Amino acid sequence: MPSLEIRDLFVALAATPDKPIVKGLNLTIRTGEVHAIMGPNGTGKSTLSKAIAGHPDYVITSGDVILEGKSILAMEPDERARAGLFLAFQYPSEIPGVSIANFLRAAVQARLAEGEELDATAYYKHLYSKMDMLKIDRKFTSRSVNEGFSGGEKKRCEILQMAMLEPTFALMDETDSGLDIDALRIVAEGVEAMRGDKLGVLLITHYQRLLDYIVPDYVHVMYDGRIVKSGDKSLALELEAKGYDWVKQELAAV
Amino acid sequence: MQPPTDTLAAPELDSPAAEATAVENPTVGIDQSAGDFTYDVKYEFDAGNGLSEDVIRYISSVKKEADWILDFRLKAYQTFLAKPMPTHWATKDLENIDFDKIRYYLSQGTKPKRTWDEVPDDIKKTFERLGIPEQERKFLAGVEAQFDSEAAYSNVKDIVAKQGVIFCNSTEALREHPELFKKWFGKVIPTGDNKFSALNSAVFSGGSFIYVPKGVKVAMPLQAYFRINAENFGQFERTLIIADEGAEVTYMEGCTAPKFSTSTLHSAVVELVALKGAKIQYITVQNWANNVFNLVTKRAIAMEDAEVKWIDCNIGSRLTMKYPGVILKGKRARGEVISIALANDGQHQDTGAKMIHAADDTTSVIVAKSISVGQGRSTYRGVVHIPKHLKGCKNNTECDALLINTNSRTDTYPAIVVRGDTHAVQHEASVSKVSEDMIFYMQQRGLTEAQAMSLAVNGFVNDLVRQFPMEYSVGLKRLIDLEMEGSVG
Repeated sequence: MPSLEIRDLFVALAATPDKPIVKGLNLTIRTGEVHAIMGPNGTGKSTLSKAIAGHPDYVITSGDVILEGKSILAMEPDERARAGLFLAFQYPSEIPGVSIANFLRAAVQARLAEGEELDATAYYKHLYSKMDMLKIDRKFTSRSVNEGFSGGEKKRCEILQMAMLEPTFALMDETDSGLDIDALRIVAEGVEAMRGDKLGVLLITHYQRLLDYIVPDYVHVMYDGRIVKSGDKSLALELEAKGYDWVKQELAAV
Repeated sequence: MQPPTDTLAAPELDSPAAEATAVENPTVGIDQSAGDFTYDVKYEFDAGNGLSEDVIRYISSVKKEADWILDFRLKAYQTFLAKPMPTHWATKDLENIDFDKIRYYLSQGTKPKRTWDEVPDDIKKTFERLGIPEQERKFLAGVEAQFDSEAAYSNVKDIVAKQGVIFCNSTEALREHPELFKKWFGKVIPTGDNKFSALNSAVFSGGSFIYVPKGVKVAMPLQAYFRINAENFGQFERTLIIADEGAEVTYMEGCTAPKFSTSTLHSAVVELVALKGAKIQYITVQNWANNVFNLVTKRAIAMEDAEVKWIDCNIGSRLTMKYPGVILKGKRARGEVISIALANDGQHQDTGAKMIHAADDTTSVIVAKSISVGQGRSTYRGVVHIPKHLKGCKNNTECDALLINTNSRTDTYPAIVVRGDTHAVQHEASVSKVSEDMIFYMQQRGLTEAQAMSLAVNGFVNDLVRQFPMEYSVGLKRLIDLEMEGSVG
């Protein structure tokens, strides 16, 4: 079964490599599993996801990330993506003048072998089936990527891209931030629809409420750059009830 | 270029805003001699190097021109000599033009001497990637002087002739139809408009002269591409299009393939006349080799209720200076300039537009987008003039610049003069960079950095590219992809 292994990972900002943000994090995700990482703000959750995806602002100072048996650290961000890694962004970029349909088409084309041309009819058929699955209006994909989108539309656009690109592992960075309950439900339904033994998911979230809609197999608490507590979905409820201070106190007691 | 001084051209204006600092065109890494040609000298068809009255008399005699045209040429030559280089506002790179080394006339008898093997590999590769047909590649690379499209051209010419449309070159037009063309020839752009319009007036050859009779709407776009040969491919094209009352015509010139020129100086003059209620659309796509000075004067006059639209795309060249203009001479006339410029390493695109309002209720629109890649430099220079005695004039100007690399450069020199209190003028300008986050976002979806960059650039110009005819817009997209490849990493 394919896996994404994060081994003793240290990550810092490229500008300040001697000040680690992620400090020796270990985690293994297999396909078919949904993991949630929870933790207070500033604890390194977003840094972790961006570093795994290869964002140039971050540097991995030690440790390794192994995707299906191979280290991805020497790979460019686009190679990691084509190898099956998807990052749903907390703040997705706007791409003025480029429609969602054309953007996704370029992304699908980039996954074909050199010289192989995309079958436009098949592509649109595929796109429309995914849009139907996610209950997205046909007009949506003629809009420029994220330009002038509401928070909910941006997240919906991320979910649509994820559905189209069919990654092996999806890192979802604060997917619930800035969403009202309706938008949250749409996102959650999308992820639930894709859930299955071909996809591994890492949900990064500050609040428990997303986990009301997507029930994780594992919950991890991240604090000060590493995972300090792991458990099943009941851990999330316990956190919700007791707050993050409970984790801090437990840690202090040890 | 200097603003119009002819009586037709109405009010006197200051030169376009002077440049604060003149910086040499960066030529790092560019072999400016790449693409140069050698010739077999055949005096029968060749005026040799350099310019003199003898050369002009020679050109005129080969063309069997009427005396008035020879006089026109000789006067223009004196004006050319008298005019200084406009380096008080334009780039000093103009001083690098060596007028004595230029061949001012090549007729069909003279063929460039070059074989396909001598064409640089990167050019061959570009042709291949752009999907240029075999036969056209040889022509575009200058291996063959004649593109075998004579049949296609005469076909188009015959079809439009049935509507009474005259479509021929400058020599034929002035010889066969002086009654139609003489009236407007050199009137929209007078000889003395600027140094290079004077040069063109002295040595012009090739180009298209078109007359569309009253009320005739030409259904198919007329294309210069159909009738390019050694002469028309040339350095000093002269084009004059007259759309009579209520007539409509679209003209297209150029192609997205890189054009290997036979000379380092190209200086065309294009005059458009849209009479009452007429519509002219003029579409240009040019992609010059890196050693070319492309200094073009383009201007239209629009009478009552007439509409003129310039759609212009400039890629390549060492220096392009081009500011298509419309003199809005009749009430309710409308002028529009849509412009895309892409400057890569060693290239300077100095482009823009001129809108001279000379009647009530006239409207002008300028949308200019430029992209600077590597050490490329793009400059927007615009003139909008609305005098005090007019009423109800409107102008909308939008110029957006995109910088790709940290050493790319853009400058904007808009000169808008509006007098009177019944006009509406809007000016918007923006400079943007392709952000690292945007590129990372696209890379995270599987696009390479270069693919991401070209998608971002294509998005930037997308709304304008859509206004080009299909055959150009597809080529433009591919061309942007190619231009972006070297810009990252």
